[in-house]
Amino acid sequence: MKEVAVIGVGQTSFVRGYEGSIRELAFDAFREAMQDAGITQKDVDASVFCSAPEYDKQRSPAGVLAEYLGLIPQPTLYVETVCSSSSSGLKVAYGLIKSGLHDVIVVLGFQKMSEISSAESQERMGRGSDIQWEAPFGTMMPAYYALYAQAYMAKHGLTHDDLMNVRIKSSTYGVINDRAVYRKPIKPGDFKQGDPEAKMAGPVAWPLRVGDCCANADGSSCIILANAEKAKTLSKKPVWVLGIGAASEAVNMAARPDFTRGLSVGYTAAGQAYKMAGITAKDVKVAEVHDCFTIAEIMAYEGLGFAPPGEGKQLIREKATYKEGKIPVNVDGGLLSKGHPIGATGGSQIRTIVLQLRGETGPMQVAGEPDIGLVHNIGGVGLYGNVTIFGRD
Amino acid sequence: MGFEKFGRKSFAAITKTARFVDLLAEGKIEGTVCKDCGVKFFPPRADCAKCFSKNMDWFVMPEKGKLETFTTAYYAPLGFEADPPYTMGVVDFGNGLKLFARVAKEIKLEEVKVGMDVAIRPVKYDNGQLSFEVTKA
Repeated sequence: MKEVAVIGVGQTSFVRGYEGSIRELAFDAFREAMQDAGITQKDVDASVFCSAPEYDKQRSPAGVLAEYLGLIPQPTLYVETVCSSSSSGLKVAYGLIKSGLHDVIVVLGFQKMSEISSAESQERMGRGSDIQWEAPFGTMMPAYYALYAQAYMAKHGLTHDDLMNVRIKSSTYGVINDRAVYRKPIKPGDFKQGDPEAKMAGPVAWPLRVGDCCANADGSSCIILANAEKAKTLSKKPVWVLGIGAASEAVNMAARPDFTRGLSVGYTAAGQAYKMAGITAKDVKVAEVHDCFTIAEIMAYEGLGFAPPGEGKQLIREKATYKEGKIPVNVDGGLLSKGHPIGATGGSQIRTIVLQLRGETGPMQVAGEPDIGLVHNIGGVGLYGNVTIFGRD
Repeated sequence: MGFEKFGRKSFAAITKTARFVDLLAEGKIEGTVCKDCGVKFFPPRADCAKCFSKNMDWFVMPEKGKLETFTTAYYAPLGFEADPPYTMGVVDFGNGLKLFARVAKEIKLEEVKVGMDVAIRPVKYDNGQLSFEVTKA
């Protein structure tokens, strides 16, 4: 199914404290994607902007950013599913192109989290869950994912060392990704309990520790989509959207059926995307999964069918998800190393997969000229989930 | 009004289920049940999405269940800075009925285990806020 293609990708470095406003932040990824596609604003029919609200003060950012990027008077709109906003934006753009309404669409994800403090940010993220019945207890994202980690570890024998090894894998690639916010190597000693020098060991929301959590960051990402006709005229290396899956789940933890089985949206969205693409998990050559916390990567392995339920730990123990393994996952450092500028994250994952399929990721490149790649992007605590499958000519 | 009294810090003041807080003040933890189709809800709902009824009654939550999972927070979001460390968990009462709450401070951290038998009780904080918490069975 080669009807909608990615013809350009861009991403800023993800940083703490971007020296500019959100429109300038958005421009940086947009500029790179437009230059990558080799097009001008005249070629673009519409734009979709994606972020999570309340980090900066701008209400209704789509029109403001569209003007700064030179994308007026074309139509624009705003898409939000918290951490999965920009993969949701891609889904919306895909629909607009497939319907024939538009030929070429810019999808831009951005987030400038450094305008507020870390405690404020935790409060914002907590309020991305159930503000009526859960936030009054003092919930925050690490605590929610820790609920999953605790139940999962008790049932499936997943250990703290397994979680640590997810972070060590991530850091292997964070070191070589010049767009990542965390680029220092991480070693097992950094997780040693009781050692004041061990910077990854401190508890955040037990059983999750500092090293199990991704960092807030500022950043933007940009994906340019085109229909088949435009893709063939404008692009030498189109990367096709082969499958899209998306799902939602009950917000309150009291309505979650099973904490030992991971996020239901991962399973549901993956099933839809595989079916639409006409492939199975075995066909995926490289994947980007939503590792906001180490436990989330293990759960993603299972939701995507890379491992049976409860067996995700085997992949990290066997180093199967390293670049040289049977299914390389997050070999750009993932959210754990790149940082997680919420609205930009999905677009960053998509950019990595597009560059992998084009053979352009330099030291992070998976060998064997991968032909199919997958992006797994989760919003909230599995409140939303998007799985998108890409392939090349 | 009234719901601003719920929890350590409430983010909503007005809801059709605000009676939940009045019931807490009376020492009761109750969910809602649809009078037309019988579905039970916790946390409480004012509207039944199954049969579209708005005809709700209150029912008393079971007193005992099992702790399905939990976490201890060592950092807190804005507005909760005085509280860490605090433990939160999910209690499973069976028949699809579950509840999310803090675990009482009197239970030592090392005693909290997945699958342990627990009970729930209303709690009133020093500042007058009303909530409910998980205790030993």
